[in-house]
Parts: sequence; C-alpha cells; structure tokens
Amino acid sequence: MTINLNDKTRRKAVALVSGGLDSMLAVKVLQEQGIYVEGINFFTGFCIEGHTHAIRKKDRDKPKRNNALWVAEQLGIKLHILDVSEDYKDVVINPKHGYGANLNPCLDCKGFMVKKATAWMRKNDFDFLVTGEVVGQRPMSQRKDTLPVISRESGAGDLLLRPLCAKLLPETLPEREGWVDREQLLDFSGRGRKPQILLAEKYGFKEYAQPAGGCCFLTDANYSSKLADLWQARGEKTYDIDDIVILKVGRHLRPKPHFKLIIAREEGETNFLRGYRKNYISMNTVSHSGPISLIDGKPDDEDLEFAARLLARFCSGRNADFVTVKVLQRNGESTNINVKPLTADEILQEWYV
Amino acid sequence: MSEQILDARNLLCPLPVIRTQNQVETMSKGDTLCVYCTDHGVINDIPAWCRINGHEILSIDEQEYEIVIRVRVGECR
Ligand code: SF4
Repeated sequence: MTINLNDKTRRKAVALVSGGLDSMLAVKVLQEQGIYVEGINFFTGFCIEGHTHAIRKKDRDKPKRNNALWVAEQLGIKLHILDVSEDYKDVVINPKHGYGANLNPCLDCKGFMVKKATAWMRKNDFDFLVTGEVVGQRPMSQRKDTLPVISRESGAGDLLLRPLCAKLLPETLPEREGWVDREQLLDFSGRGRKPQILLAEKYGFKEYAQPAGGCCFLTDANYSSKLADLWQARGEKTYDIDDIVILKVGRHLRPKPHFKLIIAREEGETNFLRGYRKNYISMNTVSHSGPISLIDGKPDDEDLEFAARLLARFCSGRNADFVTVKVLQRNGESTNINVKPLTADEILQEWYV
Repeated sequence: MSEQILDARNLLCPLPVIRTQNQVETMSKGDTLCVYCTDHGVINDIPAWCRINGHEILSIDEQEYEIVIRVRVGECR
C-alpha cells in the first residue's frame, strides 16, 4: 500500500503500548491499513520496566532495555510516556472492581489507562484509540463481559478499537466510518498464544517480550504480600513512591508489628538504600563487614537494640560474641551500640514479609 | 538556542526519560538539554527515546556513579 504522509484525511490513532507482543501486533495491523499511529505508555510506579535492574549490582552490568521504547522503535512510531503514579494511587487503594489473584486491580487499571489515553487523544487531536487486548486472554480485564466495561467506564466508548479481536466484538466507530477495514482485523480469543506468534512471524518480528503473569509488580505474590503488610502495619491503605520502590529492594523482616527492617542483600542494594537515610532510621555494622538496614516504623530504644542484634546476624561477625552497630537517626545523630548477634534459631520464619 | 540542565539524579528509569521528555516539550528545535542521572539504564533508554522522537544525542559521559547525557532538541510537534 502506498501511503501519502501529507494526506490530511489520514486517520490518526493512539495505541496503548505496554512493551509486550499484543500491543505491538495491534499497532502493526493498523499500520498495514495506512493508519498513522503514536504510542502511549504509563508509568504507574509498579511497572516491571526499570527500577530493580538499576539497583542490584549484578544486574547493572547488563541493563535491560525498556520494552515499550524498544517496541516503538521497531514499529517506527513515537512513544509518549506519561507519569500517572499520583492519580494511580486511587486505583490501587480503592478498586471498584476489586483485586485479581494478588493486589492487581486489573479491570480498574485498564479502565483508568484507557481514560487517560482518551484524554490524551482528544487533547492532541487524534481520531481513535487502540489496545492489544484479546477476548478471554486475562481472567479479570480481558473477558467478553469486561471489555465493554472498560470502553464504557473510561469514556472511550466506540472510539476504542481492539484490532486483535475486533471481529468478535460489536463494530466500533473507526470501522463504521470506514477509517479501518473490519475485514482485515482479527478474531483472536483465549489464552493461547499461537495466533499471535504466527502473526509475529508473518510480520517478521523475531524478538519480543512475553510477560508471563502481567505487566506490573502487583501481579507478583511476594510483592503484594509486602504491600499488604505495609498497609496492615500503618493501619491504613496509603503509600508514596518511595514506599513502593523500597518494597522491591532487600530482605524485609518484621519482628514486631510496629517496625520492620529492610536489609540490603548485596552491594548495589546497600548503595541504593544509603540514599534513603534521611527518611528512615538506619543501621550498619562497624566492627564487621555487613549490609545496611533501614528501619521502617516507630521503634523505641529497646526495639533498636533488638533490630541491631538481628542485623548483626547478617554480617560477617554473626558468630562473634559482640558486634558494634552504628544507629543513625534521620537528623544525622548517631550512636554505636555493642550487641550480641541473634542466633539462627532466634530468627523466626514468620518475620520474613 | 538555549542550553538547559535537568537534574534526574536518584530517579529510576523510566522517570529520567519522562522528565527529559517533559522538559524537551517546553524547548525549541536546536536547543540543548543536559541531563544528569544516576540510573545506568538511561544509557539505553534516553537514546532510544531520542531516536524514536527525532532528537539527537550529542554526548554520553558515563562515570562510576553519574551519567551526563546531552540532547539536541529536534523537530517538536
Ligand atoms: S497487570 Fe498491573 S498494569 Fe497490567 S492491567 Fe493488571 S494492574 Fe494494570
């Protein structure tokens, strides 16, 4: 097909680009029909992209690419990354449709993202929206009965086109108006990936990301239990960006309900946690080499001594009679205390969050 | 032609890319943006973002703890 780039009647679509294969294919299907596409990607704070690979030293030597940027480059489209982390809190804290298997509010999340994309589309004078959703692909957000909920609650209505399963859904405005040819759209359904893989082969996409459980940390059981623990300890469902980043770092041990230790597991995490010493009480062993720990919560002096004994268990002096631990307050004041490291048996498994 | 500075230190990817994007949006073609970062992921991500959005990387200076990337702003929408 010959495409005239100066054609003022050429329709423009904005696509939600996650970095996975489905949205990549959805964009390509439309490009094949001569539609001009730009991508939009959301930073919620829980994204798998980035973050942890920047922290752990072993991962830093082989930095991961950002899949959404990579996909955009393969497709030759512009990509706009929007920081929605502040507004997204309400989605995580009060999801109208509840959570999935973990703390993932997928249905509310999809509705929220499509709503944001709709606003972007109107502001930037685009004609319609595209997602890579497939009927029956995900248990919560991509069911035949929930796809219309997303279109309706986001306000996108029939401006939202899902090229990979459009033939199984009612006609949308871009199809009715003849901007896109429904006949050339697809009828993928279910959890199988075969049709997507065949289509990727047809387009010559040899490399692509295939996220297993979902596109964010909220689908991860360990991460979700740390977030649930944070809310439980605070007595309310709140968080800020630092909280959710720190949940991805270190070992988290809660020996008492009102405080927990975040203990670095390696040098990269130690360096990273050092940057938070103004926000938390912190500790490190001075008589022996060992990791840094942040203390989250409201510990008293006795608790701090206990935390120091616990931290000492993770340093090279774990079998020594005494270990000297430096306790640094948020205001920069510090004291050294000598403590006896806890024994392995004294550290209870249930403290691990 | 102006030269501006963006402090994206202690931010983890993709935040340095987002801040770069937002600042570039306020600038004009030919201006230079100098981005200071600490997350080494920017060495991949900022050039990728520039390539797809039509901006040019002038230099990448990588030190042990800090990376400085200079971007020349291209055609903006
Ligand atoms: S996996 Fe995460 S980002 Fe993806 S829809 Fe669910 S909550 Fe949203």
